[in-house]
Amino acid sequence: MDSALIPRGVKRCPLWQFLLFISVVGAVLLWGVYAMLLCWIKGLNQTNMNDYYGFAIWIWADLAVIAVGGGAFFTGLLTYIFGKDELKSIINYAVLIGFICYSSALLILAYDIGQPLRGWFIFWHANVHSMLTEVAFCLSCYFGVLTIEFIPLILENRQIDRVPFFHHLSHNMHEIMAVFAATGVFLSFFHQGSLGGVAGVLFGRPFAFREGILIWPWTFFLFTWSAAACGPCFTILITKITETVTRKKLVKDSAIELLAKISGWMILTYIIAKTADTWYWATVTAPSMGQTLMDFYSNNPLYGIWILFAEIVICGFVPAAILITKKGRKNSVALWIAVILAVVGVCINRWVMVLQVMAVPVMSFDYWAMYFPSWQEIATTILPVAYGIILVGLAHRYLPVFPDESELNPIETLPAEEEETVEPPVDLEQELKPAEA
Amino acid sequence: MFPFSFEWIWDMDHVVFMGGLWYALTILGIGMTYCIIKAAIDACRGNDEHHH
Repeated sequence: MDSALIPRGVKRCPLWQFLLFISVVGAVLLWGVYAMLLCWIKGLNQTNMNDYYGFAIWIWADLAVIAVGGGAFFTGLLTYIFGKDELKSIINYAVLIGFICYSSALLILAYDIGQPLRGWFIFWHANVHSMLTEVAFCLSCYFGVLTIEFIPLILENRQIDRVPFFHHLSHNMHEIMAVFAATGVFLSFFHQGSLGGVAGVLFGRPFAFREGILIWPWTFFLFTWSAAACGPCFTILITKITETVTRKKLVKDSAIELLAKISGWMILTYIIAKTADTWYWATVTAPSMGQTLMDFYSNNPLYGIWILFAEIVICGFVPAAILITKKGRKNSVALWIAVILAVVGVCINRWVMVLQVMAVPVMSFDYWAMYFPSWQEIATTILPVAYGIILVGLAHRYLPVFPDESELNPIETLPAEEEETVEPPVDLEQELKPAEA
Repeated sequence: MFPFSFEWIWDMDHVVFMGGLWYALTILGIGMTYCIIKAAIDACRGNDEHHH
């Protein structure tokens, strides 16, 4: 029924199966939309935010998707600026994943501000001393870059590409994509960094506070570094999940291995820097404020010292050690473990830098503040996941996301069947006319 | 915010912050305008020599 829209030379599941899948995920999406509307209509009293927790759980999700979405800018940098042509096999998917992550991040911010109709205030009445203003500027502009990078992929749909203007537009955008990619790298550097900077400048929160260079605390650089290091792992992870679900090989091994290798070295250097930063903070910065390391960790279920070990050793050094070795990258199980650990690691980092910062007592009368989100927060946090799955499903079905898919999965069809699949519907109609007559 | 807005102040903070925003938006705007105009011209000329 929709075969005229499906890219040439690839096989897709029947339409009913696809629609059933979309319906199931769509139900989850609607649940999230309902919760989102509650937050907009009734207000942020729908959340469990309180005087201790000024950030809902979705702010962690926001920072996490921005971090893992960093795969788009870093893969774009490697492909368009450094000329790593092997990555052309995966760059479309990296852009799609980045687009989903950043649109999700903006969506989360839209319900976080509670009054989205006033969202433009941050651009017009900008507070030029705020790192969050910088984040808002760069995030919005970079979403524009990702949209521009995503548009050619949409225009390459079989039916849209037949329109000469769209065909040329797609080609022209590909030609100057390096300019857009470079702009994206510039914007990503600053918004990833400023998200870290927001935590690092909180001198009233000694768990987060860091020294640094000029106005930029060390967390500024660590956040950018970790996003560039772990973002590609998320791209690989989603690619592997997509390959498992579709039971097809979609990306060449050479592309995955190159991205995994670069990511491995980035994680290793990042985690060494993170260890040094943590060591200096624990032995110099925190004691200078009258605190010791163990003041920041407690015996409660969420914030024990285990979380630091999990972030740095298990989800830092372990994936780095796997990915920098050829044997580790080539072993499918090890690669899965490494990319999962790296993604979990960066999510733990954002978790502690958002939530543990607020949980740690800072006054003599304070206590360890635990937090459990309301169902509305959970639903709105799951909403972007459902939205992402639907968009991946639609893009995989109708757009040439994986340029090597037909080569990696050759279809053996009879000539008659091939003609039926390849011919556009207009031509079919023309062919039918004599028979009708 | 533009320099003609009432809350604008001619200091380094405003120039760097807002300048960075305009710089990025200008690049994206010029880039897309170039692509759209060139695509329109190519489509009118019937130029179809490229395949990707």
